[in-house]
Amino acid sequence: MDITDLRIISTVGALITFVGIWVWAWLGRHKKDFEEAARLPLEGDEE
Amino acid sequence: MSTNNVETFYDDWAVRKFTVMAVVWGVVGMLMGVFIAAQLAYPELNFGLPWTSFGRLRPLHTNAVIFAFGGSALFATSYYVVQRTSQARLAFPLLARYTFWGYQAVIVLAAITLPLGYTQGKEYAELEWPIDLLLLVVWVMYAIVFFGTIANRKIKHIYVANWFYAAFIIVVALLHIVNSAAIPSEWFRSYSAYSGAQDAMIQWWYGHNAVGFFLTAAFLGMMYYFVPKQAQRPVYSYRLSIVHFWGLIFTYMWAGSHHLHYTALPDWTQSVGMVLSLILLAPSWGGMINGMMTMSGAWHKLRDDPILRFMIVSLSFYGMSTFEGPMMAIKTVNALSHYTDWTVGHVHSGALGWVGFVSMGSLYFLTPRLWGLKQMYSTKAIELHFWLATIGVVLYISAMWISGVTAGLMWRAINEDGTLTYTFVESVKAMHPFYVIRMIGGLMYVSGMIIMLWNVIKTVQMGQATPAKIPAVVAHA
Repeated sequence: MDITDLRIISTVGALITFVGIWVWAWLGRHKKDFEEAARLPLEGDEE
Repeated sequence: MSTNNVETFYDDWAVRKFTVMAVVWGVVGMLMGVFIAAQLAYPELNFGLPWTSFGRLRPLHTNAVIFAFGGSALFATSYYVVQRTSQARLAFPLLARYTFWGYQAVIVLAAITLPLGYTQGKEYAELEWPIDLLLLVVWVMYAIVFFGTIANRKIKHIYVANWFYAAFIIVVALLHIVNSAAIPSEWFRSYSAYSGAQDAMIQWWYGHNAVGFFLTAAFLGMMYYFVPKQAQRPVYSYRLSIVHFWGLIFTYMWAGSHHLHYTALPDWTQSVGMVLSLILLAPSWGGMINGMMTMSGAWHKLRDDPILRFMIVSLSFYGMSTFEGPMMAIKTVNALSHYTDWTVGHVHSGALGWVGFVSMGSLYFLTPRLWGLKQMYSTKAIELHFWLATIGVVLYISAMWISGVTAGLMWRAINEDGTLTYTFVESVKAMHPFYVIRMIGGLMYVSGMIIMLWNVIKTVQMGQATPAKIPAVVAHA
């Protein structure tokens, strides 16, 4: 295995990781958690 | 105050200092920009002296606006945001104070050495090796404070703004170390560790990622906190923020070679840069759309809220310049645009329009809150600043578009016998009126910034720096 193989593996690996993150983020079961997370800046300081 | 008591308050010492210095450096850096713009229109302003020549003052301008103004705004907002969204006091407050003095020292050293002609000759990485080392120390302290605060967080989830700030801190460290690697020969003189086309590629890998992670990711972090705050609405789509964050991370790293089209760089490397620059449009617009849509249902607020208007206009410019960028990365378009003022116009549409506006909006939000007030000393002055800045940017970038396309077309025009239609000096003559318009646009932009400085000083005098209480932990997953 030479450096080119490593490059191919890391590039394809990065692509698969990204698509994986995408699929993960679009899974319906995170909807509630994300809504809660999105409210984070609006909580905590009453002005 | 007992130590127990201290733990119930946020530490905003560095936030306040960086906020004021961001505005001060903004005025200084932009004045420098107007001055060198005037030099281009009226070369006599070089005064025939090496220290005041365009070649030495131009890096002073870029360093002052990007690193002194932008950097100070990022330190201020990141220290503020990471505490609020973690509901935790800043970790290592003493170290945070050192980052303030250290970073200001770097800026002052830049302001001294650059006019004296000490430079590594790399765009946006001009500072010589002793200053580079000082910056590295400051940056490591910054990382310790930021990630230390994240580690101390009272809330399980790490809010998306912090992801952007974190990426900025990590990647800027990486870029700085790799691109500034040099062999010192004496104090304030060194030679790059790389040579030839590799040196150029590393420089533009650095240069474009400085745009991507300093001027984009970090300011998106700012956007993801301050736009929802000012609009009083949660971000439009949280999952989109995750996907476009990782989209930017995975794509930006590859785009740098578009700065080296038609050079000695291997052709395939140029093509890779072009294709990945085109792909970059998607994650960039993901962020723009997410920010814009956060406003849905609250558009009426724009009517009487100039701070929100700063933020929304900044997102419009972000959308425009991230459309223009990929387009200019296409080789055939680049053949026309490269080495012309179109590039300068593009950069300033991003820098003045996006980075400048989102920083100004965020700093207008921050300043009164840091000094225990509800709003800035004068809202009318914010309004005036907004219009001066908006008209200034539009004048600036349209002048540069026309000048750039004109020059590009003149340079490539050939007669039937293959000789050039125009001499170089004819293209310079054609550019001259637009240089004057650009200078006027810049003058308007900096006038707005001076009004902001006045407004900030008045607000600080009116208010009092009161420590903000950390809220009792909200029940959270």
